[in-house]
Amino acid sequence: MADRDQPRIVGTPFRRVDGVAKVTGRTRFADDLAFPRMVHLKLVRSHVPHANIKEIDTSAAERIDGVIHFVRGEDMPNTFGILPVSQDEHALAFEKVRFVGDAVLGVVALTEDAAEEATRAVKVDYEELDTIGSVEEALVTSTDKIHEYGDEGNIHKKVSMEFGDVESGFDDADLVLEDTIFYEGNTHLAMEQHAAVAVPEGDGKITVWSATQTPHYVHRALAKVLELPAAHIRVIACPNGGGFGGKSDPFNHEIVAAKAALQIGRPVKICLTREEVFYCHRGRHPVTMHVKTGFKKDGAIVSQHLKTALDGGAFGSYGVASTYYTGALQTVTYKVPRYRFDGLRAFTNKPPCGPKRGHGTPQPRFALEVHLDKAAHALGMDPADIRLNHLQPKNSVTANWLKIGSMGLEECLQKVIDGSGWRQRYGKLPEGHGLGIACSSYLCGAGLPIYWNHMPHTGVQIKLDRSGGVAVFCGEIEIGQGSDSVLAACVAEVLGIDLKDIRLCVGDTDLTPVDLGSYSSRVTLMMGNAALQAAERAKELIAEAVAERLQVPAGQLVFAERRVFDASDPERGMTFSEAVATAESKFGTLGTTGSYTPPRSPGRFRGAGVGPSPAYSYSACVIEVCVDRETGCYTVPKVWIAHDVGRSINPALVMGQVEGSIYKGLGEAMMAESALRRLPKKRSNALVHKFPSMLEYKSPTFLDMPEIVTYLVEDPDPNGPFGAKEVGQGPLLPVMPAVCNAIFDAVGVRIDQVPAHPQMILQALDDKARGGPGRYGPKRFPDVSWGEPLRVPTPDEGGDGKAINAEQVGVRGGTMKEDPEGVKS
Amino acid sequence: MSEHVTATYRVNSEGRTIAHPAHHTLLEVLREACGLTGTKHGCELGECGTCTVLIDGEPQLSCLVLAREVEGAAIDTVEGLEGRDLHPLQKTFADLGAAQCGYCTPGILMAAKALIERKPTPTRADVCEALSGNLCRCTGYIKIIEAVEWAAALCRGESGARPADASLYGVCKEKPHG
Repeated sequence: MADRDQPRIVGTPFRRVDGVAKVTGRTRFADDLAFPRMVHLKLVRSHVPHANIKEIDTSAAERIDGVIHFVRGEDMPNTFGILPVSQDEHALAFEKVRFVGDAVLGVVALTEDAAEEATRAVKVDYEELDTIGSVEEALVTSTDKIHEYGDEGNIHKKVSMEFGDVESGFDDADLVLEDTIFYEGNTHLAMEQHAAVAVPEGDGKITVWSATQTPHYVHRALAKVLELPAAHIRVIACPNGGGFGGKSDPFNHEIVAAKAALQIGRPVKICLTREEVFYCHRGRHPVTMHVKTGFKKDGAIVSQHLKTALDGGAFGSYGVASTYYTGALQTVTYKVPRYRFDGLRAFTNKPPCGPKRGHGTPQPRFALEVHLDKAAHALGMDPADIRLNHLQPKNSVTANWLKIGSMGLEECLQKVIDGSGWRQRYGKLPEGHGLGIACSSYLCGAGLPIYWNHMPHTGVQIKLDRSGGVAVFCGEIEIGQGSDSVLAACVAEVLGIDLKDIRLCVGDTDLTPVDLGSYSSRVTLMMGNAALQAAERAKELIAEAVAERLQVPAGQLVFAERRVFDASDPERGMTFSEAVATAESKFGTLGTTGSYTPPRSPGRFRGAGVGPSPAYSYSACVIEVCVDRETGCYTVPKVWIAHDVGRSINPALVMGQVEGSIYKGLGEAMMAESALRRLPKKRSNALVHKFPSMLEYKSPTFLDMPEIVTYLVEDPDPNGPFGAKEVGQGPLLPVMPAVCNAIFDAVGVRIDQVPAHPQMILQALDDKARGGPGRYGPKRFPDVSWGEPLRVPTPDEGGDGKAINAEQVGVRGGTMKEDPEGVKS
Repeated sequence: MSEHVTATYRVNSEGRTIAHPAHHTLLEVLREACGLTGTKHGCELGECGTCTVLIDGEPQLSCLVLAREVEGAAIDTVEGLEGRDLHPLQKTFADLGAAQCGYCTPGILMAAKALIERKPTPTRADVCEALSGNLCRCTGYIKIIEAVEWAAALCRGESGARPADASLYGVCKEKPHG
């Protein structure tokens, strides 16, 4: 067996396996690829937000030199989408457009310049429809529906579930606190623009290279829309130049490029402009939230009711899952014995929202952590103690039936409390200076796959031969997070060889076993476990053959330093390549597989598929701010963050993920917003992006970064490879609430929305000066009739994980009937 | 089709005579005509710094430079950074994880090279100022700053200098592999 207690590679910082490729420009991103006879695709996109398409006139475009082909929506009538329950996108809209940016036509030309010029020469005649620009408008508009499916009117999804008797919990409370909070949408802003190249192959098949986090789902969408057997389509995910969730959906440009390539028999490339990327979006949903909590005097939560309203944009995307996620993880940090969650997602004529780093959970986490800060003050408690004293215990089941394994949040909190000098400094800093604290948790992959089935979520194959080289095949995708390094490290660790001895083949639907994709922080845990299993099986074969040759018990053999040798007599052994040759002689050609499927979660109610995970990471964060009362401007000089990663596979990359999360969280807290504005009626009433450029859409630069003190807490989780848990998403979550809590400590006002702009602080200070509560934030939560919630008794109440009123509540119409494969987890 | 020009460019000390559309930027000529795809693009509007190359030693945004304007100038891209060994900046970026997705990395390497050649002992403020036109969405910049400082030290011949371990690796037992 691998010596998992004393690993040689795991736990020690090492140069990432793709490090040299990345610093020499050798990494081949999708737009770096070129093929003989390759031509270029551009998409004609709608400039109106909601309209029926009457006519598309290409006559002027056809006359442009170099234009060779047009791709039309009618040629691809099948819909697609990431979730089986919302297959609501056409590769090219041919009946109606639903947002500014919806693609209506593909133009193929010999050069990108000619294709681009031709898109401007295409005339599209639209019959405009009323537009919906917000959740409130969606709730009151039932005419001109954006989609023909949905729970009601323009409501895409509405969910309501109650775990325990929440109302009677409020009666038992010493303090009942209510807050209405808003989280503006924002976008991923990966540095790489989306790109894809589709190449028709000599055997009649097609290969699509793409900057995608989810080649498996692109594969499914291509098969469905192109009406080809999936086995005749090969999707290869190029290393992504940043993903953050923005490349997790199958996209229309990938499908149109493939269709064009099949139609004209030539390689077709498309690379989106930065403006197009802003409109493709799939970013963080704007969410309005209402949270009501009953507390005991000691800060213990007795009951909580959370309501969320998500502005979904024009398509389903991951939205059903996003909606559930705004309610799912509120219970995994602090004990919440009774919990009700009501959530809805509305369709609007805006770029579709989807998953961004933290998928659906940063918004309610922001609400919860700001709300707790207020509760602590109302109860006369230290905000650190209201958290520390009421943590959800490890190895427990929450009120909403999530199974918690390892839980290192207490240690995380202690680290940042001690490191920041919280006990000495909180509430005692000079005027304008403040500290804020917040915690968070995140999944290590979803417990259920998007398509409900009993197949593994990931697989790894290993091929070894007499060269001593080990080839490892896995469908995972390197998006910068270091998954290639985790894969190589797990195999090299077990087989006692160097990282350099391993050849990786990843993200290729023809050559690699399915891995569901680089999303949901699932790769390290799931792929890592599959890699360990495959490597252990290879090791077993080699050990059996070597044991026979050396006349040493197999259990006594050590794999290390590229050798296989007798533990009691290290001289007695052979090189790793000799050992493989020995096994190849005994067994024939060598190959092993490993796979991973998460353990089944205890929830048995509709919606229980969202939230379960094999393990949860935990983070705690203290942030210091300096606020200028005159201008409302503030800076963040220092951040203390502790993250429970279970165990670091490569601490260098873990630290990088934590720092990158802080960076991204500060951007969301202080400046990032995908705000849209309505053009005047006479100019089409279009909902257009305020900031569709990197200059105007603000993100922190080198000059904006604070000092960061990072503590890695290692509480190994039995479900993780070597005990490892996720790190890519969790540490982002506490940043936004910690900033707003720190602003309160600095100047005594509450900013109940992000990004927290200086003028909001000024308005709140004015409000306070005039005797008001000193708050900036939304006034009200939309009026929604939620109906009867699904009632699920909690584990403490002796529940069995099932709802007691499933039949009365029934199934709403929010899922598309054509696809029976259930709802996404 | 647009008007074409023929021009001779000196890229990484190699002369190349190329015919290309007259309006093409240096970025387009490097990536498409020269096949030097190491230089990346993030916006093609001069906003993100990703396409930074050196023109006569000065960092410039290749997406905003009309290629014809730099005929005869010394153009340096990431492909020319590596000699027999990795450039110290490449080594430190690889070792510290200063490149995550690596997409912004070529541009940042070139901007950093110009900085440490101009100022062999840059302060942290110098590093941040010199790189403030380059966005990175993965790293949070910290590892990049440390990598530039370490590379500057290596270029000065201070081979043992490394960033403080405490700020780098918290729980780590060993330093990065060399």
